[in-house]
Amino acid sequence: MNPGVKRSAARRSPAAVAGAAIILLCLTLALAASWLAPYDPNKQDLGQRLQAPSAAHLLGTDGLGRDVLSRLLYGARPTLALVALVAAGMVPIGLTAGILAGYYGGWVERFLMGCTDIVMAFPRLILALAFVGLLGPGLVNAALALLLTSWPAYARLARAETQTLRRSDYLAAAEMQGILGTRLLWGHVLPACVPGTQVRLALDMAGIVLAAAALGFLGLGVRPPTAEWGLMIAEGSKVVFDQWWLAAIPGAAIFTLAVGFNLLADGLRDLGDPAHD
Amino acid sequence: MNRRLAQPAATLARGLLTTVTTLACLLLVTFALTSLSPIDPALRALGDRASESSYAEMRHRMGLDAPWPQRFVHYAGNLLRGDLGVSESTGQPVAADLRHVFPATLELATLAMLVSTVLGVALGLVSAWRPRGLIDGVVRIVSLLGSSLPAFWLGLIVLYFFYARLHWAGGPGRLDDAYEYTLDLDSGFVLLDTWRSGVPGAFANAWAHLGLPVLVLAAYAIGQVTRMTRAALLGEASKEYVTLARAKGAGSLRILLHHLLPNTRGLIITVLALTYASLLEGAVLVETVFAWPGIGRYLTNALFAADTAAIVGATLVIGCSFVVINGLTDALVRTLDPRLR
Repeated sequence: MNPGVKRSAARRSPAAVAGAAIILLCLTLALAASWLAPYDPNKQDLGQRLQAPSAAHLLGTDGLGRDVLSRLLYGARPTLALVALVAAGMVPIGLTAGILAGYYGGWVERFLMGCTDIVMAFPRLILALAFVGLLGPGLVNAALALLLTSWPAYARLARAETQTLRRSDYLAAAEMQGILGTRLLWGHVLPACVPGTQVRLALDMAGIVLAAAALGFLGLGVRPPTAEWGLMIAEGSKVVFDQWWLAAIPGAAIFTLAVGFNLLADGLRDLGDPAHD
Repeated sequence: MNRRLAQPAATLARGLLTTVTTLACLLLVTFALTSLSPIDPALRALGDRASESSYAEMRHRMGLDAPWPQRFVHYAGNLLRGDLGVSESTGQPVAADLRHVFPATLELATLAMLVSTVLGVALGLVSAWRPRGLIDGVVRIVSLLGSSLPAFWLGLIVLYFFYARLHWAGGPGRLDDAYEYTLDLDSGFVLLDTWRSGVPGAFANAWAHLGLPVLVLAAYAIGQVTRMTRAALLGEASKEYVTLARAKGAGSLRILLHHLLPNTRGLIITVLALTYASLLEGAVLVETVFAWPGIGRYLTNALFAADTAAIVGATLVIGCSFVVINGLTDALVRTLDPRLR
């Protein structure tokens, strides 16, 4: 991308820039957790349990005397990994289904869009709960549960985009040059779906961060003693009336990350909307 | 039948078909999940010391050794007769358990829905009145922040401040213990039961306990309703008849309330219905935090106990409500909006 375009985009949408900055910050902190964390996140010290924030423990210690700041830094990893796994699964599934439906039409479209409508009518969080509850808790199962119910939005988006494109001259020109099949769909149709997908993805990411935290809170995400934000809230909720910050701190982290994705989505939507400047 | 009548009938029939197909798929999904689950009902019934032959016999008695299409037909047949199996943690039939807990969830979600409809539509109207104005900006930021809050966390925080610190609200549960164990809560709707009981203070106590969970549940939905209402109104505002109305001297408030609002009612009803469905689902987390004896807490308890029948039963009840609400909305919008017929 050339720098001139980038700068004007930044000026036109400070929300997108702020959102991207928050997400990048979380990502950096998660990746650098092993350097930044002052303590081992799983090291227990029962003599130092439930300490209020102090110079030795900047965010205090939890019920097992573990350092909250260290756990917060490490706890970003499972959340971000889950979000990345879900995104990496649902976008390709949705785009493939949508592009095939939009391009081939006929019974292919009827079948694929039928599936899309059905999955869209499913309650997402409840199915994810049942999925993880019955197949066993864990990061991969949680990600699978969320991605299996999240792809339809991308299928609808890609189908609408492909249908518009099908009637365009430039696709006809490409077809006449002998560009057919996968190469046509991959090289000429897919790029048209990218802008819409970006906005939708940023918007969904916020929801997935919250859903991931909810699964962790209910004890259906990663297994203890691994640090994870939702799980940390659940641990803090037992002592919320006395040591409220134990639940408040990881919740604030989830909130910040979700705000980051929502700001990015809002900003990207404005950038894509020609009426806005 | 003439054509004008035949067409809506055909649309409704197609809608019904979609809903029925979706419900069938929901059954298939829950069936697949139970079949793939590592929880082995035969092993649970016998314990892990059972001999190979009694294990095989148990599997045969439970029908677990049949091919899957046969098992699915059996499973779907049981469900259609209202037999959801027996819960291992409560020892009661799941269907009876669910009848007992569903009203509590319905009450919570319905009140949250009322709050978010009134506030959400009002805020949507205010933001659409002067788009990109000061109020619009504030509403936009607040709804963005609101939709980034984890509901279960918000619940904990408000419990801490308004119950433990300020004593403004009732604590977890539906009623104080003094009422919970003395009153007859037979309908499951706590407001109705306390009203009918006539016990002084019980009705007020029910409201004090409802306030926080209702507001926490509504918090997320308000942002969603506001944003969608605003988008629907502004989408309609660029049409030519609005320009005409403005040229004829109609003020912006009159255009908003007399032209835009009636014409976007289909969209707004859809948004509200989808929100209601998502509130039924969102109640699961809020119930866990507030110890609200609804279907959500039943489901999470079942998850901890690996109680397969209860997990599947609760999932199906919430899932079916979700699918049916979706289907009904579609039908309602089609009958309300002549352009869609």
